[in-house]
Amino acid sequence: MTEAADRQMRLAAGGLALLLVTGFLGGAFATLLGVGGEAPPLRALASDPYLRGVVGFTLLQASLSALLSVAGAVPLALALHRTRFPGRFLVLRIFLLPQALPVLVGALAIVTVWGRNGIVSDILAATGLPRLDLYGLPGILIAHVFFNLPLAARLMTARLDEVPAESWKLAAQLGLPPLSLFRIVEWPALRLAIPAAVSLVFMLCVTSFTLVLVLGGGPGATTLEVEIYQALHFDFDPPRAIALALAQIGLTAAVLAISLMLGGAPTGGFTLGAQARRYDRGTGLSRLLDGGVLLLALLFILSPFAAILIDGLRADLMRLAVDPVLGRAALTSLAVGLAAATLSLVLALSILMATTRLRRPSSRRRSAAKRIRRLLASAGDIAAGLVLVVPPIVVGAGWFLALRGVADVFAIAPLLVVATNAVMALPFLLHIVGPPLAAADRRNDRLARSLGLTGFARLRHVEWPEIRSPVGLGFAFAMALSLGDLGAIALFGSQDFITLPFLLYERMGSYRTRDAAGLALILGLICLALMVLAERGLRRPEPSR
Amino acid sequence: MNRPFLHLDAVRFRYDELDMRFDFAVAAGEWLAVIGPSGAGKSTLLDIVAGFLHPDSGRIVIGGIDRTTAPPAERPVSFVFQENNLFAHLTAAENVALGLSPSLRLSADQKRAVDAALAAVGLSGFDRRRPAELSGGERQRVALARAFLRERPLLLLDEPFAALGPALRQEMLQLLKRLRAERTGGPATILMVTHHPEDARGFADRVAFVENGQLIAIGPTDAVLSPGRDPHIDAYLGQSAEGSRHL
Repeated sequence: MTEAADRQMRLAAGGLALLLVTGFLGGAFATLLGVGGEAPPLRALASDPYLRGVVGFTLLQASLSALLSVAGAVPLALALHRTRFPGRFLVLRIFLLPQALPVLVGALAIVTVWGRNGIVSDILAATGLPRLDLYGLPGILIAHVFFNLPLAARLMTARLDEVPAESWKLAAQLGLPPLSLFRIVEWPALRLAIPAAVSLVFMLCVTSFTLVLVLGGGPGATTLEVEIYQALHFDFDPPRAIALALAQIGLTAAVLAISLMLGGAPTGGFTLGAQARRYDRGTGLSRLLDGGVLLLALLFILSPFAAILIDGLRADLMRLAVDPVLGRAALTSLAVGLAAATLSLVLALSILMATTRLRRPSSRRRSAAKRIRRLLASAGDIAAGLVLVVPPIVVGAGWFLALRGVADVFAIAPLLVVATNAVMALPFLLHIVGPPLAAADRRNDRLARSLGLTGFARLRHVEWPEIRSPVGLGFAFAMALSLGDLGAIALFGSQDFITLPFLLYERMGSYRTRDAAGLALILGLICLALMVLAERGLRRPEPSR
Repeated sequence: MNRPFLHLDAVRFRYDELDMRFDFAVAAGEWLAVIGPSGAGKSTLLDIVAGFLHPDSGRIVIGGIDRTTAPPAERPVSFVFQENNLFAHLTAAENVALGLSPSLRLSADQKRAVDAALAAVGLSGFDRRRPAELSGGERQRVALARAFLRERPLLLLDEPFAALGPALRQEMLQLLKRLRAERTGGPATILMVTHHPEDARGFADRVAFVENGQLIAIGPTDAVLSPGRDPHIDAYLGQSAEGSRHL
């Protein structure tokens, strides 16, 4: 294969992948805009007090969640970065756990810990205080903070890790006391992470579906995503679903635009970061405070996991294990997860191979070709942005309405769920695989071209060795995301098409609490095991130089 | 030799596969250049003296007091690194002022001292500039201003001018020489790690050659650097024993 052919193949694959993603998302959007003939009564809806209330609450809970998560993340990031003790590595790992936990399982666990009959309420009742009323804003906030505070803290510790080693040495030599150290070294570094952390958490919470579905409190505490689902699933009111979906798209687009202007990139990483060597010892008081912060955060993060484990083990796991419905759901989940992760990976790699090629300087100077090049070169950003703007429930709603008259929606439901899950995972995969691929290209491209390596030989010798472990991590991440997802399946699930989260939600709804606890344990374990495996793969020792 | 100001007494430090041993003394007011290949343990040596690393065994005696376990701030030592000596969001004056007060609340006298320190390194009027608005050489001048303002008798320099061009490097060494001589209370004792033998010639009193974590030679600059003294040194400098320099 010649170099030009290699290049053309990569560009074609990248272009096709981008076309598929935009087509899938855009198709849903076009349907919503009234292709189906039902022109949405936009004007009437804009002044509809109910819709306004929903938008208002969506924004309120997202703002408060972002604020609380980031405010809590600052002391946690500092404590994590400052303290050194045996087992610190394990503690860092614990703060990665929420990201690997299916959201629905997390919601159930939050209810178990913080609900009316939870341990916190028991403690309050024992001291004569009223039990907690979780449902509504408090529950949503607790759950959002549980999932997002560790994420925000990690963005901040990553910034602290970027502080040059000399700064810590200087601080030690100048004998900066804790407050001066905070002012002169820690805060200026932390501050840089705050816009990104706020916009990331806000974005995640504005499109929050599962947590609000479980923990929301009726019409007063609901978000657009949940309302879209209700409109389609219970009321079957397409015009209302369309209006809500358009409002959601407008909202996320506005939020994304604002966060891009603020300079925050709304994708989360999945790394621990290197531990910077620090020389400050703090004072007795500062160490006590840091220790207290760590202890509280650990309690907050670990208690839901403990609840899943304890309640799950109390369930009749033996009976569950031979339950044919569970077996079927597990197999379906596995198939959907594998298919979605594979599809997502193929899409991500196609886009990335093309974009890394296009970012390279070239000698061609035709302006039309150049414009297309530039568009394709930012394909990854376009795809990732679109996925954020058109959330899974909206995609699902769009295709649900589009295919309603044409085909049996439930017959093609598995395809839609796989496609939706694949697209959902795409931004993460682009984020995980993109940087190492670009680095491999920068390092080896000239050598590979001078040797005439093209096609699969090039893939095998140049790209693959460098991206193998990020690809493993990304695949596992995509799979865990799909395995734990309730968003797409909530619309398309039926008695013939059941995944594990769908089954879990059903059991929760029918108050089969014991079964739900057992299922939650199984689902949580599968997803955590996947992430641990993937991460093992990622930490494969570097070949010796 | 004068009374030793710094004494590394049978210091041993293991890091990965490198087993480092240092046992030597530096006289008060002496300028010792440490040269040797990269990875030899030169920077580790400075980190041990500064208290960023702790020896597995042996003692660090500075100014007659055992400082082996003292935290960095309690050692009579100032450090100038190759880069990142300044905090990016503080002005030049604030970076210098940190040498006097971590809280940056200065008395009128201290403010005058900061101005004088900046003037001494030729940066009068640069006080409000931030590191991003300074050249590499100017940033190192600010670092030197702070180091001398702190009035610590021992100055550790880790390739401080390696990123600068030859002419600028000479200029900075001259500046360092002048600052050291003008210091109240006698010239500062200097331990300077460098890659360039010419940094040592004409400035350092003695040179120490470090390889594989061992001090192979220490002595007057010209004697240590002269060809035929030691095959390791000749190999590092690219010179042969016959005295013909391959340059």
